[in-house]
Amino acid sequence: MAPRIAPRILVSVPISNHIKHSARALVCALTLQLMLLPGIARAQERVVSINLCTDQLALMLAAPGQLASVSRLAHDPDSSAMVAQARALPTNGSGAEEVFLLRPDLVLAGTYTDPATVSMLRSLGIPVELFAPATAISDVPKRMAQMGRALNRSAQADQMIAQFNAAIARLEGDQASPRPRAALSYVNSYSSGPGSLAGDILRLAGFDNVAAEAGLQNVGKIPLETLVMLHPDVIILGRNYPGTARAEDNLSHPALAALNGTVIAPELTDKDWICGTPVVLNAINAMRDLRLRLENS
Amino acid sequence: MKVALILIALCAGLFTLSLVTGFTPVSAQHSLAALLRDDGTPLTVVMREIRLPRALLAVMIGASLGLAGAAMQGYLRNPLAEPGLIGVSAAAGLGAVLTLQTGVAAAFALALPLGALTSALLAVGLILALAGPRGSSLTLILAGIAVSALASALTSLVLNLSPNPFAAAEIVFWMLGSLADRSFNHVWIALPFMALGWVLLAGLGRGLDALTLGEDAAAALGINLNRLRLALVIGTAASVGAATAVAGAIGFVGLVVPHVLRRFVGARPSALLWASALGGAAMVLAADIAVRLLLPDRDLKLGVLMALVGAPLFLHLIYKTRAEFR
Repeated sequence: MAPRIAPRILVSVPISNHIKHSARALVCALTLQLMLLPGIARAQERVVSINLCTDQLALMLAAPGQLASVSRLAHDPDSSAMVAQARALPTNGSGAEEVFLLRPDLVLAGTYTDPATVSMLRSLGIPVELFAPATAISDVPKRMAQMGRALNRSAQADQMIAQFNAAIARLEGDQASPRPRAALSYVNSYSSGPGSLAGDILRLAGFDNVAAEAGLQNVGKIPLETLVMLHPDVIILGRNYPGTARAEDNLSHPALAALNGTVIAPELTDKDWICGTPVVLNAINAMRDLRLRLENS
Repeated sequence: MKVALILIALCAGLFTLSLVTGFTPVSAQHSLAALLRDDGTPLTVVMREIRLPRALLAVMIGASLGLAGAAMQGYLRNPLAEPGLIGVSAAAGLGAVLTLQTGVAAAFALALPLGALTSALLAVGLILALAGPRGSSLTLILAGIAVSALASALTSLVLNLSPNPFAAAEIVFWMLGSLADRSFNHVWIALPFMALGWVLLAGLGRGLDALTLGEDAAAALGINLNRLRLALVIGTAASVGAATAVAGAIGFVGLVVPHVLRRFVGARPSALLWASALGGAAMVLAADIAVRLLLPDRDLKLGVLMALVGAPLFLHLIYKTRAEFR
């Protein structure tokens, strides 16, 4: 699958923090960097984003008129936290042909973007900046800084990072006890452990994550039986998608409702949880409110 | 009688084994105690809400598929007649997917088995009309391939058109079947339709026995062949439809089980009916235990195991009946 090959593709990115992979990659990347240097040096005037998370970071940081197009998902109110701002821009379907015809001088993509698209755009002479998905709160300032550099808007990025870090520091200092034991439960019995962005959101909101007890560090499955046996104080269900799928049956399984003393909190994980942007603060605050409600009930 | 006792004991043993098979590493004794007596722990919830409905569904679905296979083979006097192979399961799956994706099933729970039943009814009717009373293997299998292909393609189409990003991945479930994380909701919506199907199919015994002498002889013995056919069509559609609606298409049960048990019941179609119901229950229970033991966290589909056992037998049966194809 794409994620496995993605790091290999990364080596041709002319961005210093991606070129550590191997000596050969370093040489290759340096050559590319030299070749692309003139293009990188001038301000990016026509930037196209083809990934939901880079869409939102770019919408926050780009100068007026700098961002020419966002990905289609940016207009989807279920996935995008910045629909209002995104609607001012046309969308693209993230395909190489379509993006090339937009004549961008920089394309913003995720490391999980189809490697075929990325290499096609690069071979057509368009610089592509890849952003890895955030797997912790500490990744959020890094992505903001990367976006600031890519868009030549580092001053704005630094300001945003300072605000974000201050908000996180306040939350870190405000940790209360008792900490309820919570489980995140998404479609197909997937869950997030402590080593994930969602896990950090949960921790900062004052919950302990039972996924750790089940041995889940990052993102993976917690079988329904295991989830029931963990007997969490609260089960936070993932968002409900339109239409039906058997993958969602685990969210409404009667066994969860039959658990004594477990609160089922429906549909709290939504667009605020997906991307490593300052929007995660909304998710933390919503979870914090949930914890306070549980305490008082 | 001895066969019946052995099969019942086998089902009971596998049923218990199914109840103590799961992700949670708890002793069999402990978990069975939690099933019988609510001790207020989550283990009772696991046993009563997750494992019990799963084991019950395995029995119900296995019995439905075994019974339907034996009945169809008795009626068509052809060992290749099986709901999965002749496209009834695939058609039932299409009916179920349509009610789910149009939202009808969410508004009215019984719409799910009803949709599967209606679609299965069309498929059985079509197959019987095409195959004729003697059910030549060639027509039966070709018609089955066509109905299966059409129903599977339409199922995939409907799931690909769904606005839900996870729906398309469900194609595998509808083609291969699984009992993972089913609940009592599924038991209750399937049971009435299965029960109707069982009653209709179990009542076919005398007619099928008479039919072994040929249609004319059966008619002379006072068997109403039209009524027999109607009961077979509705009984198969109801039981296979309900089974597919909750667990997807599980193939080969109705092929393998009657084939294995035929020699033990003296090849009498009436005896083969109940024997295949019990045998089918045992086979699905065993397969459902195996998928959990082999790949506990992967939801290996039942149809995979069934095909591993059933497809070689199917080839063997084709080889044996190949004279008919010439």
